[in-house]
Amino acid sequence: MPDSIQMFVDGAPITVSSACTVASAIAIAGRNCRTSVSGEPRGPLCGMGICFECRAMVNGKQHTRTCLILCEPAMEVVTT
Amino acid sequence: MSLRYDAIVLGAGIVGAACALELARGGLRVAVVERDAVGSGATAAGMGHIVAMDDSPAQFALTSYSQTLWAALAAELPPAVEYQRCGTIWVAADDDEMAEVQRKLLFYAARGIAAEVLDAQALADAEPNLKRPLAGGLLVTADAVLYPPTAAGYLLQEAKKLNAVLMLGRTVIEAGDGRVKLDHGSTLHSPIMINATGALAPDLMPGLAVRKRKGHLIITDRYPGYLRHQLVELGYLKSAHASTADSVAFNVQPRMTGQLLIGSSRQFDAEERGVDRAIVSRMIDRACDYMPGLASLSAIRVWSGFRAATPDKLPLIGPTDDPTLFLATGHEGLGITTSLATAKLLADQLLNRDPAIPFGPYLPSRLASGQVTQSPPAMDAVHA
Amino acid sequence: MSPGYDTLVVGSGPAGMAAAVSAAETGARVGLIDDNPRAGGQIWRASDKPGPQHGLASTWRSRLFSSSVTLLQGWSVFDQPDAKTLRAERQGLTSDFSYENLVLATGARERFLPFPGWTLPNVMGVGAMQAMVKGGLPVKGKRTVLAGSGPLLLAIAASLKAAGARVLCVCEQAGVSQLLPFAASLAMTPGKILEGLLYKASTCTIPYHAGSWIVEAVGDTQLRSVTLSIRGKKRQVDCDYLACAFHLVPNIELPAMLGCAIDNGTVAFDDFQKTSQPNIYCAGEPTGIGGVELSLVEGQIAGLAAAGQDAQARRLFAARTKLRRFSGRLAQAFALRPELKSLPRQDTILCRCEDVPFGAVSEHSSWRSAKLHTRCGMGPCQGRICGAATEFLLGWNADSTRPPVFPALVSSLMKSAHGDRASRYDTTTVT
Repeated sequence: MPDSIQMFVDGAPITVSSACTVASAIAIAGRNCRTSVSGEPRGPLCGMGICFECRAMVNGKQHTRTCLILCEPAMEVVTT
Repeated sequence: MSLRYDAIVLGAGIVGAACALELARGGLRVAVVERDAVGSGATAAGMGHIVAMDDSPAQFALTSYSQTLWAALAAELPPAVEYQRCGTIWVAADDDEMAEVQRKLLFYAARGIAAEVLDAQALADAEPNLKRPLAGGLLVTADAVLYPPTAAGYLLQEAKKLNAVLMLGRTVIEAGDGRVKLDHGSTLHSPIMINATGALAPDLMPGLAVRKRKGHLIITDRYPGYLRHQLVELGYLKSAHASTADSVAFNVQPRMTGQLLIGSSRQFDAEERGVDRAIVSRMIDRACDYMPGLASLSAIRVWSGFRAATPDKLPLIGPTDDPTLFLATGHEGLGITTSLATAKLLADQLLNRDPAIPFGPYLPSRLASGQVTQSPPAMDAVHA
Repeated sequence: MSPGYDTLVVGSGPAGMAAAVSAAETGARVGLIDDNPRAGGQIWRASDKPGPQHGLASTWRSRLFSSSVTLLQGWSVFDQPDAKTLRAERQGLTSDFSYENLVLATGARERFLPFPGWTLPNVMGVGAMQAMVKGGLPVKGKRTVLAGSGPLLLAIAASLKAAGARVLCVCEQAGVSQLLPFAASLAMTPGKILEGLLYKASTCTIPYHAGSWIVEAVGDTQLRSVTLSIRGKKRQVDCDYLACAFHLVPNIELPAMLGCAIDNGTVAFDDFQKTSQPNIYCAGEPTGIGGVELSLVEGQIAGLAAAGQDAQARRLFAARTKLRRFSGRLAQAFALRPELKSLPRQDTILCRCEDVPFGAVSEHSSWRSAKLHTRCGMGPCQGRICGAATEFLLGWNADSTRPPVFPALVSSLMKSAHGDRASRYDTTTVT
């Protein structure tokens, strides 16, 4: 049974399962992953780490592909 | 379609594009022949730095003249050219290099180029991501950067408005005696043919003193604000490398997108295309010596390209033994900067105009007559 | 630096799992590397619950976890710094993996074609939607439209419905007359997947429209509705998600970078799944899109051949031939119709990394020229998304085979292990 963990998306705490990807956590938090170079809101397209549309800052690291990362306790995710 | 032109430019890189426009402005009917895409050779591979270089009087004359031409053109350049007057900082790691900073300052000041000495604190303020401590640097504010392929594209677009004809996807098999033979069989005729094919120039003129000097660059993802100026190290002075050996130098450039270009490397006798991981590794090592944070940036692509290098580091601009064949090549790492001046000087020669600077130092005949000596290693330019 | 694998397999989807297991069961030291957090690749994400894939997937998973294969999940391979060494990155760490034999089972990605509104959040691929659900995206009660092309559409529609989504309809661009021969031929091809698909199709009440496609997606910060062309008539449907993709594109970037000969967009291989490079094998979708069962057979052949078990490998040749015929029929049945080329408007974004509109790209006469002058394909996806679209829309060969095959840290591009920053990270990840 996956654990329930607390993490932060754009500063707001949310509770998700530890089997959840960060991309899904961002969606659960009601946010979009990123803003495109011309200002459009964007979210995951390919779901498998190829399109780079799901990028966000994870624990301070920019340009992280959130569909490839599982959520961890106290993780800080910042969308752009 | 007519096969006769007043001038035929071989190669649609930035030098060829500049020549085409200048000659079209001079009233000539110009054709440009390019085997791939506009700006797809060294023009695509290089950084796009516009810099006034002080490594010799002739180099300075050409680069500063050309820099002025770019500055005059700046307002017309479309956004896709990404022209940005971000300035260059020549970075000094120690006192010896700070002495060089002072020397450069005097040289520029005597010639009206605005430059400012930065001490260690001022350097850190100007570029917070440089490691500390460094000794300081020289900020040259008039230097700029742009994105070369679209700059070449813009120049050609302007040339086409003056009825220049662009032939893409055509390889030149032979050029001489007023005739340009193309790969698919047709022949073009002109009393003026300009070889602006960069590192490939010797293919059309065997024995030409132009050698391939391989370079590499890395482009990162977007990190807006990380880097504000073009940075070049002065450390080459102490380097053990002679001007003909493989060498790397710290050289980074910001793009308007917030991406960083990381360079630079130089190799002779490395004619294979493809990324040389060993020298890229050395290049990164050197870059991280100056800017440790580069190590943790995301690199999207790495690529290599060939500069066209001459024995005395000055380009070949002017006539050859064949009265119909002219050269506009051999620009090494300064092709973007000097493209506009090259076009002016060549057009001046062809149209009998008074040049803004003497074109003697760049005449191809200087090499044939043995009047040229190899310049000393310390003068090897380190910019990309 | 790892002590070295006899066989290193890249990609833990069906082909990779089959190759790794087959090699390991001969006693070879095998590593299985994949950039996703869990093994199984893309197609088997749906398979935790009973369904057509479940039997096959769980059989192979059991074999994998009871084998001696070292699982290296979460590692993104991007370069070959030395002969017989691959370099990969995992959340900021870099490691080199050495091998005697390499099996490339890099799978496929979905083909995306641009249409107005395709960049809106909550418009994603078909397999992508499945991956997001498996990754925790709540879809209960969410109105979902599926569109595009390929047998995945129906399989994923059924799976989403089982997860609680309100699947409104499935639009397959291939016309009924194209699909019927394929459906009839299913009876000739053994396979639990196909039987399962037919079963699902007959029991499930999701409206399935052939000869139908997406015209536009509309929304503001997220998707609100779609306009569909259903057998020639436009229909607007309010929805929360659009899962849209047009079949699959082989992931040949790593094989190409390693110097494997590419033939018409797929990796060239011999009877034993060997590529043109010594000691490098390729199995599954990169050799030609062919589905799960073919991937499993090719993976087994590659793994056995890599372990020197040619005789055992040979026994699978007949099965491979039969499955390959099926994959040919698959390609014909779902071939993309020319109307899809008119979907993007001039201002529809083609390159999503650099926000380059279709109109700007289509002014050029080659991929290289478009890249240099519009920056299309110069972003982090390295042209994987827009390149596949451009191939269909403009007929260009969109290739890029320089390292790094995926974006990597600048430090990772250094030749040798970077002192104390490098660390070997082995993990056996149990899903």
